[in-house]
Amino acid sequence: MWFLIIVLILVVALVIYLISAYNGLIRRRNQIENAWSQIDVQLKRRLDLIPNLVETVKGYAAHEKETLDAVIRARNASVAASTPGEQARAENMLEGTLNRLFALGEAYPDLKANQNFLALQEELTATEGRVAYARQFYNDSVLEYNNKLQQFPTMYFAKMLHFERREYFEADEAARTAPTVEF
Amino acid sequence: MHELIRSNKRRSALLVAGFVVVVAVVGAAFGLAIGGGVPATVVALLVAGALAFASYWRADKIALAVSRADPADQREYARLHNIVEGLCIASGLPKPGVYIIDDPAPNAFATGRNPKHASIAVTTGLLEKMNRVELEGVVAHELSHIRNYDILVSTLAVTMVGAVALLGDIAIRTMWWNGGRVRRTGDHNNTNNPLAIVGFMLLILAPIAAKVMRAAISRQRETLADVSACQMTRYPPGLISALEKLQEDTTVTHSASTATAHLWIEQPMSGVGDTGRLGGTHRMFDTHPPLEERIALLREL
Repeated sequence: MWFLIIVLILVVALVIYLISAYNGLIRRRNQIENAWSQIDVQLKRRLDLIPNLVETVKGYAAHEKETLDAVIRARNASVAASTPGEQARAENMLEGTLNRLFALGEAYPDLKANQNFLALQEELTATEGRVAYARQFYNDSVLEYNNKLQQFPTMYFAKMLHFERREYFEADEAARTAPTVEF
Repeated sequence: MHELIRSNKRRSALLVAGFVVVVAVVGAAFGLAIGGGVPATVVALLVAGALAFASYWRADKIALAVSRADPADQREYARLHNIVEGLCIASGLPKPGVYIIDDPAPNAFATGRNPKHASIAVTTGLLEKMNRVELEGVVAHELSHIRNYDILVSTLAVTMVGAVALLGDIAIRTMWWNGGRVRRTGDHNNTNNPLAIVGFMLLILAPIAAKVMRAAISRQRETLADVSACQMTRYPPGLISALEKLQEDTTVTHSASTATAHLWIEQPMSGVGDTGRLGGTHRMFDTHPPLEERIALLREL
């Protein structure tokens, strides 16, 4: 009788543990997916801001056509990029051309004083920060998930339920080199 | 981190329990003094319960109102909003309410009961004196308080300690104006004014309440929040330089009071290191480790 009760308690405890471990893994995996989509949201947001910025600058520095075209080209390349490598190269190019665009503010005092230009500059700086933070959060989430996955009792049962390790986001070789600014 | 959150929740529960007991004891003493201990104790318990309940749901609003914080306009304070949003993405927190306090002293605090119901307030002085990375450091420090549930304990403490202090004030003042020593017509046989007794009790209780507050809000949490802030921004120099600026600045934060002092990123009172007559009293309310210590620790990261 007593033996039965003890076995029963152990079984219940095991079931409770399995449920909570499973839910914990699911929660962490969903967080990774959410973090990944957050990166895309911020990247898209940045691309959406660029046409506005180019329009604003055009009003003050129309004959800087070359710089403006370069920004648009880089943006379109980023939209069209399909592989992560292409994406990283396009982004690198975009960052360089945007820096050139912001440098125009120094040459055109009217542009520098324009509220819209300043607001867009703030938005773009902030969005770039957000892209970086979103990637950081993605990697933090992956770390937390992978840790859980490889830790002692969870590892056996995670393998049974086909929970896979996730990859970290790593800056591509092309993106790792600092963007060049030409004047 | 989860350990920390649990400990903060436990401290909050202890704080609430302690508060209810204190108010009930005062009520019972008052009841005994005027004759009728049981009903007075019941009333006191009800009042304490209601206050505790209100503290949990409303204390953040009270803390913000007491500090004269106004919601920050999305356009006017775009930089601040952007920084908060960016760091929320980095830490996976929902975006808290963002508030501005019109005060030239650079300072900031966070309040709320959980990450879903939280707010951050910064002074206009902070926005003026800090550059982007420094501001990020300060905001990350406040977001760490939110993530660690420090805000729950500290916000509950604002209203509870505030309530005890207020009761003490009322009782002491009543005693002053109609104290047991001064005889009035109609005062014939009644030399021991019950309010005076309560007043004396509260006079004793007020410093104890302050001690409780200090026990509940360990100074360690500021250092902890500094470290987690750097984990969030991955850039310790930002917060270091912000703390150095706070150190150089000697402006007293006028929007702060003794009840809210422990909320802020930097001790808002001028009492730090005081040796004068009030020095001891100020140190009793010291809720923050010295800035030099905090900076030195961050340099080691």
